[in-house]
Amino acid sequence: MDQVARVLQFLAGDPQADRVVPPTGFTVRLTIFTAAAMAFLAVFALALSLATGRLADRWSDALARTATVRISTAPGQLQAQTDAVLEILRTTPGVADARALDIEEQRALLAPWLGPDVPIDDLPVPQLVELTETEDGFDAEALRLRLSAETPGAVLDDHTRWRRPLVRAAQRLRMLGLLSMLLIALTTAAMITLAAQSALAANARVIQVLRLVGARDTYIARAFVRRFTGRALIGAVGGTVLGMLAIAFLPSASSAGGFLTGLGFSGAQWLWPLILPPLVAVLAFWSTRATVLRMLKELT
Amino acid sequence: MIELENVAQSYGGERLLSDISLQLAPGSFHFLTGPSGAGKTTLLKLCYGELRPSAGQVRLFGADVSQMSRDDIAQARRRIGVVHQECQFLDHLPIHENIALPLTVSNRDTTAEAENLKELLIWVGLRSRAGALPPELSGGERQRAALARAIIMAPEVILADEPTGNVDWEMSQRLLQLLIELNRMGKAIVIATHDLNLIRAAKSQVSARVLRLKDGQVHAAGADL
Repeated sequence: MDQVARVLQFLAGDPQADRVVPPTGFTVRLTIFTAAAMAFLAVFALALSLATGRLADRWSDALARTATVRISTAPGQLQAQTDAVLEILRTTPGVADARALDIEEQRALLAPWLGPDVPIDDLPVPQLVELTETEDGFDAEALRLRLSAETPGAVLDDHTRWRRPLVRAAQRLRMLGLLSMLLIALTTAAMITLAAQSALAANARVIQVLRLVGARDTYIARAFVRRFTGRALIGAVGGTVLGMLAIAFLPSASSAGGFLTGLGFSGAQWLWPLILPPLVAVLAFWSTRATVLRMLKELT
Repeated sequence: MIELENVAQSYGGERLLSDISLQLAPGSFHFLTGPSGAGKTTLLKLCYGELRPSAGQVRLFGADVSQMSRDDIAQARRRIGVVHQECQFLDHLPIHENIALPLTVSNRDTTAEAENLKELLIWVGLRSRAGALPPELSGGERQRAALARAIIMAPEVILADEPTGNVDWEMSQRLLQLLIELNRMGKAIVIATHDLNLIRAAKSQVSARVLRLKDGQVHAAGADL
């Protein structure tokens, strides 16, 4: 409660204390601009992290739940082998459902590659069996051994081979997004520190006068800290709003297929960027405070 | 209130002041004189904690300066009024806010002290100039404003460094009268000046001790002044 009261008091401010430091137009604009630019970038880094997170989840989820058995054998034996495979799958623990794709489905799958008019009946197309896992999953190695023993033409493809690198790439992208956020935060702190330093150097005489008339360090610091926190907050709000607008009006990528995900926020994720302005303000508060208190000890 | 005991002060290896002992008691009036560069300003800075002595001990209101934190020094400054040689104002604030600055920085309610401030402005003759910015004031007006700022916290000691440095004789007499009045109210006064006429003018009205700084030492000046 005490902390909350202090924060509120700090935000309400002391107009008299604020006036003791002369307003300096240039550093004001620089600080606001920096905070805005950094918040804008942070919105994108955040969107990247969230989107790649979604991507990784989607890929591992959608692909992990299904697997395919491909049966290629002499045409005459195809039906018998398919029946045998379906029977094996039915008795395999961890397989929820298995179903042989019919000719129309297979045609639809091949159409994008071979065109719609290919006489698929005349081609030695393997029979595909789609299976769905239960929650616990099945033992792919055991199933593979059993299939190769009983139905030599059947090959299990559980997608892990090409799913794994995709998921890894998505996870790496998410890590890069988080790393970018961290770098943006550090850069913001560094820039605000530099701005505060130059403001302090420019106001060395003011500080000297304040010390002369008995001002404590915390009083002098507060005048600067409040100012920089306020500017950083204003800038960050502006940058965040612009970043969110830019993402909201991003051309939709969903027509390219549900496999990829658009860079952006979905649903409650739109709330995430809203934490950026207070975060930048807190960052500005601490970096200015540390800078001012450190420099005051050196000045007088 | 302010005591210096065997104090020495060196600047970059060069000894400026050595073996200085001085006591400022309530109601005392001191002149500090000597050629420029003799260390008058340095000695005053030691008295308000701006400098820490290289050797010896300085005590402000009983506390050893070398043991005081920055906040302790700030607290002590509120009981010491300093009239600086170059006045040192905040040029972006009108003069009445500059005079009230010691109240502002100690978080005192300036609106409650408004009456006080008005009387003070009348007393130093700056009533009509209250809204002016410091750079718009004449030298004498700035000196009087500096004096007003030095005493607004009702300090126990007033240290004035060349308060009549860049004002004419008539104005310096007025400033001196203000300081003598404060002394009669019980304040300890120290005036650093090389203006011997000012000292003579003061000695006819108040029993002032004159300290001469020479070769880094203080000597009590005789009755020749």
